[in-house]
Amino acid sequence: MTSVWRFVSNALCRITGRKVAAPTVSEGSTVVVSNSLNEFTTRASFDIKKCDLHGLEAGPPLKTELSRDEGLRFYRTMQVMRRMELKADQLYKQKIIRGFCHLYDGQEACAAGVEAAIDPSDHLITAYRAHGYTYTRGVSVREILAELTGRRGGVAKGKGGSMHMYAPNFYGGNGIVGAQVPLGAGIALACKYQGNNQICVTLYGDGAANQGQIFEAFNMAALWKLPCLFICENNKYGMGTSVERASASTDYYKRGHFMPGIRVDGMDVLCVREATKFAADHCRTGKGPIIMELQTYRYHGHSMSDPGVSYRTREEIQEVRSKNDPISLLKERMLSSNMASVEEFKEIDIEIRKEVEDATQFATSDSEPPLEELCNHIFSNNPPLQVRGTHPWAKLKSSS
Amino acid sequence: MAAAARFLIRGANSKLPIAVVGSGAHCSFGSTFLKLSLNCNSGIKTQRRHAAHFTFQPDPVPTQFGPTQKMNLFQSVTSALDNTLANDPTAVIFGEDVAFGGVFRCTVGLRDKYGKDRVFNTPLCEQGIVGFGIGVAVAGATAIAEIQFADYIFPAFDQIVNEAAKYRYRSGDLFDCGNLTIRAPWGCVGHGSLYHSQSPEAFFAHAPGLKVVIPRGPVQAKGLLLSCIADKNPCIFFEPKIMYRAAVEQVPVESYTIPLSQAEVLQEGSDVTLVAWGTQVHVLREVANLAQEKLGVSCELIDLQTILPWDVETVCKKWSNELGGG
Repeated sequence: MTSVWRFVSNALCRITGRKVAAPTVSEGSTVVVSNSLNEFTTRASFDIKKCDLHGLEAGPPLKTELSRDEGLRFYRTMQVMRRMELKADQLYKQKIIRGFCHLYDGQEACAAGVEAAIDPSDHLITAYRAHGYTYTRGVSVREILAELTGRRGGVAKGKGGSMHMYAPNFYGGNGIVGAQVPLGAGIALACKYQGNNQICVTLYGDGAANQGQIFEAFNMAALWKLPCLFICENNKYGMGTSVERASASTDYYKRGHFMPGIRVDGMDVLCVREATKFAADHCRTGKGPIIMELQTYRYHGHSMSDPGVSYRTREEIQEVRSKNDPISLLKERMLSSNMASVEEFKEIDIEIRKEVEDATQFATSDSEPPLEELCNHIFSNNPPLQVRGTHPWAKLKSSS
Repeated sequence: MAAAARFLIRGANSKLPIAVVGSGAHCSFGSTFLKLSLNCNSGIKTQRRHAAHFTFQPDPVPTQFGPTQKMNLFQSVTSALDNTLANDPTAVIFGEDVAFGGVFRCTVGLRDKYGKDRVFNTPLCEQGIVGFGIGVAVAGATAIAEIQFADYIFPAFDQIVNEAAKYRYRSGDLFDCGNLTIRAPWGCVGHGSLYHSQSPEAFFAHAPGLKVVIPRGPVQAKGLLLSCIADKNPCIFFEPKIMYRAAVEQVPVESYTIPLSQAEVLQEGSDVTLVAWGTQVHVLREVANLAQEKLGVSCELIDLQTILPWDVETVCKKWSNELGGG
C-alpha cells in the first residue's frame, strides 16, 4: 500500500514540480543531501550495474554519487549530441550534407561518461562514428555542423567532413576500420615517455574487434605497460552484421586475453563514468593497459545509406528507445530523486534546440573553403608544391 | 532483399547516374576549352559544381559468345560468378557481406543457389581474408575473395605481394595459389572522398607473379573476370564502381573469356596514342573525338585491360608506327 502511495505521490510531484513532503526516492537511490531551502536534492547516490570482470580482482564501485549540477550537465551534453545528430540526419536528407555520415544517437552515454572521467589533457582517438566525441572533446556544435556541410567555419576547415574532425588532444575521426587502435597505443607510449600522467583513450567498435592490428596494439600496450584505455563500443552490429555472425567470441572485454577487461552498461552514463574512472586510474598507476567494453546501441543504421532495419527489427530499436534510452534513464533518475523538475529539462531542451538551430543557420550559410586551399598540407614544405589537377592543364598548388 | 542491398552500400549513393555531379572527378578535355576550368576564380560564395562526367560508351553486341542479355556491370559480375560456381564445384566466394548479395549487389542470389558453404561472409579483416584465400587456393579450391572497397586492400598488401605473388617462385613450382582471384570495387565515384575512391593498381603493378586486371564495361568485365578465375596465377580484378549501375551492355549469358595481357585497340589513329583502363577509357573516347574535331588530331585509343603483365607489344607497336618505324 505504501509503495502505491509513494508512486502516486511521486507522480504528482513530478507533474507539479513541487517539493516532496517526505524524502521519497526511486528504487536503488538514496538522497544524500536535501536542502529544504532549495527545491531540489543537490546530491544523490545511485546503484549502478555490476561490471563483468576479466583478469581483475575488483572492479568499479556499485554505487555512485551524482550532484544536481553534474546531472544537469550530463543531460545537457547528451541532449546536445542527440539533437545535433538528428539535425545532421535532417540536413543529409535535404542533401545539404553529402558523402558519408555515421550517426551516434543512442550511444550518447558513452561519450558523455568517458569524458566526465578523464581530463581535457588526456588523449582520445576514435573511429568514424565520431561526432559525439568531437563534441565532448570541446568542439562546438557550430563547427561540427559546418564541417559536415563542408564550409570554411568547420573544425577541419570544411575539407574533412564527417569522419575527419580533430581538436586538441582529439585525434579524430578515422575512416579505416581498426587503423586508429595502434595509433592510440602510440599516443599512450608518448604519454608514458613524457611522464605526464596522461592516458590515451582508444575507441573501436565490435566490427573492428576482429582486425589483426587491434591485437598487435594490445600486445605492444601490455608488453610495455602503456597507459592506454582501449574501449570497444559494442553496439551489436558491425554495419549489417550482428556480433554473433562476426565473432567467435562476443566477450569483447576478454579479447585482450592477458589484458584485464571490464564489461560496462554503455547506456547508463553513471556506469560509464565510474568504469572509466576505474580504468583510467588503472592506467595512470602504471598497471598497464585495460579494455572496457561498452554495451550500447545505435538507433540509426550504420550510415545514412543504411535504413538500419534489414538486419534488425523495428521492434528491437523501439524497445531500446523506450526501455534503455540513455537520456531518458538519466532524466528518470533525476526526476525521481527530485534533483530537477520537468520544466527545467524542458527549458534546457529549448535552449539546446536554439543552439542547434543557430549552428545550422551558420552551417548552411557559411561560405565554402576557397579552391586555393584544396591541396594544402600534403607535405610539410617550404616552397609551395605544384599539384596536378584532374588534367594536366589544371594546376593546383599545395602550400603548408 | 534488393532494397536492403541498396541501402547497405557503405555510404555510396544508391543511384549512380551516368553523369555524376561532383567536382574533382574526371573533367572532360572539352571543359578547358569551352568553359571555366576548375582553377578559375573562386571568389564566388558557392562554387559551381562541374559535372564530373564521362559518358559510358557501350561496346557493340558480341555475337561470338552466344545469346546475350542486357546487364549492367554488377550484373555481369554476378553472371560470371554464377557461371563459375555452376561449372567449378570447388569454387567458393567469400568476403565482407557477400552472403546477402554484397554492398554492390555483385553476389545477389548466389548463396541461395549454391549454398552457404560456397558463398559465405568473413569478419572484418582484410589481411585475414586474403591470407585465408591464399590458403584455400593452395589447397586446390578456386577461391574468389572480395575486398569491400579497393581502399581497404592495404592491410592485405603484405599477403598479396609477399605471399600470393611469390608463392610459385619461392616453392620452385611445387606450390602455387593460382586459384586465387581477388575482386574489389575500384575508382572514384564523386562522393567517395579518401576511402571509397582509390585506384591502387599502381601499388601492385610492380609485383611479378601477380596479375592486375581492370575492365571498361560489363562485356569486358565478365570475360576478363572469367579469365582471371581460370588463370593459373593469383589475379586482382578491380571493378570500376561508378559503372556498376551506369554501364549497361548486352552481355553473353554463357561463359566466355577475354584474354589477359592483351590490350585492345578501340580506335585506330596516326598522331597520338591514348592508353587508358577502366572508367578513363570512356573519357578518352570523348577526348579522341574532340581532338579530331577541334584540332584535327588523329588519336589511337588503347584499352590496356591488364595492368600487369601489360601488353607492351600492342602499345609500342603503335608508337613505333607513329614515329615512322616499321
